[in-house]
Amino acid sequence: MTPHPAPEVGPILGRLSLEAIPLHEPILIATFGMVAVGGVALLALLTKFRLWGYLWNEWFTSVDHKKIGIMYMVLGLVMFLRGFADAIMMRIQQAIAFNGSEGYLNAHHYDQVFTAHGVIMIFFVAMPFVTGLMNYVVPLQIGARDVSFPFLNNFSFWMTTAGAVLVMMSLFIGEFAQTGWLAYPPLSGIAYSPNVGVDYYLWSLQIAGVGTTLSGINLIVTILKLRAPGMGLMKMPIFTWTSLCTNILIVASFPVLTAVLALLSLDRYVGTNFFTNDFGGSAMMYVNLIWIWGHPEVYILILPLFGVFSEVTSTFSGKRLFGYTSMVYATIVIMILSYLVWLHHFFTMGSGASVNSFFGITTMIISIPTGAKLFNWLFTMYRGRIRYELPMMWTVAFMLTFTVGGMTGVLLAVPPADFVLHNSLFLIAHFHNVIIGGVLFGVFAAINFWWPKAFGFKLNSFWGKVSFWFWVPGFWVAFMPLYVMGLMGVTRRMRVFDDPDLQIWFVIAGIGAAMIAAGIGAMLVQFAVSIWKREELVDESGDPWNGRTLEWATSSPPPEYNFAFTPNIHDLDAWYDMKNRHHDRPVTGFRDIHMPRSTGSGVILAGISLVMGFALVWHIWWLAGLSLVSLISYAIYHTFNYDRDFHIPAAHVAEVEEARSRQLDAVRARETQAAGA
Amino acid sequence: MSTTDWGIDVPDAPHTETVEGQPIRFYEVDEHSHPEGYSTMLGFWIYLMSDCLIFAILFATYGVLGGNYAAGPGPRDLFELPLIAVNTAMLLFSSITYGFAMLSMQANRLRATQGWLAVTGLFGLAFLGIELYEFQHLIHIGAGPQRSAFLSSFFTLVGTHGLHVTFGLIWLVTLIVQLNKRGLVPANQRRVACLSMFWHFLDVVWIGVFTVVYLMGMLR
Repeated sequence: MTPHPAPEVGPILGRLSLEAIPLHEPILIATFGMVAVGGVALLALLTKFRLWGYLWNEWFTSVDHKKIGIMYMVLGLVMFLRGFADAIMMRIQQAIAFNGSEGYLNAHHYDQVFTAHGVIMIFFVAMPFVTGLMNYVVPLQIGARDVSFPFLNNFSFWMTTAGAVLVMMSLFIGEFAQTGWLAYPPLSGIAYSPNVGVDYYLWSLQIAGVGTTLSGINLIVTILKLRAPGMGLMKMPIFTWTSLCTNILIVASFPVLTAVLALLSLDRYVGTNFFTNDFGGSAMMYVNLIWIWGHPEVYILILPLFGVFSEVTSTFSGKRLFGYTSMVYATIVIMILSYLVWLHHFFTMGSGASVNSFFGITTMIISIPTGAKLFNWLFTMYRGRIRYELPMMWTVAFMLTFTVGGMTGVLLAVPPADFVLHNSLFLIAHFHNVIIGGVLFGVFAAINFWWPKAFGFKLNSFWGKVSFWFWVPGFWVAFMPLYVMGLMGVTRRMRVFDDPDLQIWFVIAGIGAAMIAAGIGAMLVQFAVSIWKREELVDESGDPWNGRTLEWATSSPPPEYNFAFTPNIHDLDAWYDMKNRHHDRPVTGFRDIHMPRSTGSGVILAGISLVMGFALVWHIWWLAGLSLVSLISYAIYHTFNYDRDFHIPAAHVAEVEEARSRQLDAVRARETQAAGA
Repeated sequence: MSTTDWGIDVPDAPHTETVEGQPIRFYEVDEHSHPEGYSTMLGFWIYLMSDCLIFAILFATYGVLGGNYAAGPGPRDLFELPLIAVNTAMLLFSSITYGFAMLSMQANRLRATQGWLAVTGLFGLAFLGIELYEFQHLIHIGAGPQRSAFLSSFFTLVGTHGLHVTFGLIWLVTLIVQLNKRGLVPANQRRVACLSMFWHFLDVVWIGVFTVVYLMGMLR
């Protein structure tokens, strides 16, 4: 490979020049046109309807965990559309690049597409979805009024967003990495990737990583310190348990990512020799370190969704979760084992039979607690009164799909088999099988499950079912051909193919991707139709599914303080217990409620970080220095503000709660009427 | 709540359950909100552990690459233990003086707290000065971080520690000013206690650096 010549570095603009705008890539120009038109239209609408103040005061600067949770979900959804666009582009390219055709993407562009797809889907889709769900649900489930560090929560969200924005900027200014989503050196080193692509990768992940680590700390402390009285650890809802384990994994693995990316940055910026081929560097050191983060990461993604499936299965089967204790211990065992398997990502490194055997066996052992979970869900459903609402449908689809993905994972855990299947499309099919079948299906179950809680109306079930029936078969059509081709030895990240016999498989996979596209479209229609016809779908009870955990004890959407009085927990399914024993909701004696105050500091700090990241990518040293100084100065300035909380007056609480009482009376009157009729 | 044989929940007929004649309390009606800063210490402690992991990775990297001299100088050629001993002493003294600051704070003596913090800062500054001198000297004799993987990992491990001390110093100065403005209010006491944990943590990490990098380096 001939390294590209590194561009000149100017004193004012660094490496940035007009050539950085990809005018020679018609696809990018068209995309930019669409984004620009859409963006301008959005800004114009926001201005026309005077929504800027509302957005800034009620959302951007809000420290309310519920609003931050929703903003995370919106971020995840927007980035999901971008990540999926990359996926469709790859599917089309691979379906047509046969018989001498080069397809429509050149190598430079195609390599960026597969890198961006992976990075975006993991860091800016799956992570925001998971963090958003935990943010919204956990404080409600444990009967708390907010997280432990509300400002930090807002700051974490904006750092994640700044990372996402930096990735998006690489689309139109310069380029993104062409290295694959983990940017292995020496390819990602300065010798072979002298341009800005890898730098965009590094700084966007570093900025977002700050947010992820801090939000992990925040949620651990929240769960440990802010549980309602009576909620011992073994009375925590299972989703809160899986969230706790996930956040422990985050805090115990993201620093590793931070460190290893910092070392790669030093190699690229300072000329150190950590991962270079000469002067004693070791590229395998990078691969080890990044997978020490990377394997826990996949459990960070899936564990909270295991929690979602548990809540959904129990709720929609009308039964207490089967084997709660074993579910908790299975989660903890998975959490611990996830640190002992990283080497299975590179059995072919050549670390010898003993080492490979150790990691092969630990990997296979993980399937035991996971299997225990599946049986627990099945036994929860067994003889239950199952209601096949959308969350339950996604859960059943998950059980069928994920089991297959898990089994192919066990196949890959056998080192000799892995030597054959390493880097093949079989691997690609496997991890999409578990990530789509597990994480995404779980997120969809969760959105359908908790949407009524967040907005006060259910999602339209017709369009939800349309989406479901495109998505699930679409997934199978899209990825089964990849298993077949992987077994035949087709490797990943290929742009063109010589063997015409393979084309039919790629065409089938492309059809599957088109079905998934229809599923995504139907989901967007579902959201739109539901918002449009929200009067018909309204739920005033706050408990549309006959729920079991505390979040259903509040109104929908919950008041900003969540609970006027902190609940007292006597049972694992706290809210179900309260309903069954006919609790009386207190209607008098309200007190002032102590709440954190909104602040714009999170937006400002993340904004400065974004500028600093951009300056570092383009070697605009004066701007990088200036933004570092402003970052520190602003952070110090922020600490001089001691006025961070306020009290919601008891009178206001009483007003809100009285309105809630009237709402509940109306619901009860309607129910009695319906029962009488 | 009663259940069928298969565990399906069957709601009971309406009645109010009681425990020892008292109705069961489902809500805390006379609650107190958590005191300000209720979970800050735990949160900061967990943050320190995450930071500790960054150092763990840098130690591991040094452990793996520390012998790769690339035909360049090794620890025996470069390190001057007496200088490092002085440096270590500076940091250890700064931990003691920070301890005095904490004691003064508990005795509610504002000026003494500020004074001990300032002394701590001076020791920290001395530590940083010596470290920068060492770095400058190494780079000057051609043993910069680019020379070999050993030197890359040496500079990064020691430099990351130094960077932490630098941020600790900035924080310390900020705190002295804040103590001046508001005195020993609970928020400031909490901040002083957090910085104390941070400072001692850096001390512990330095003991590791001193042992693994310098002392064991002389044995290589």
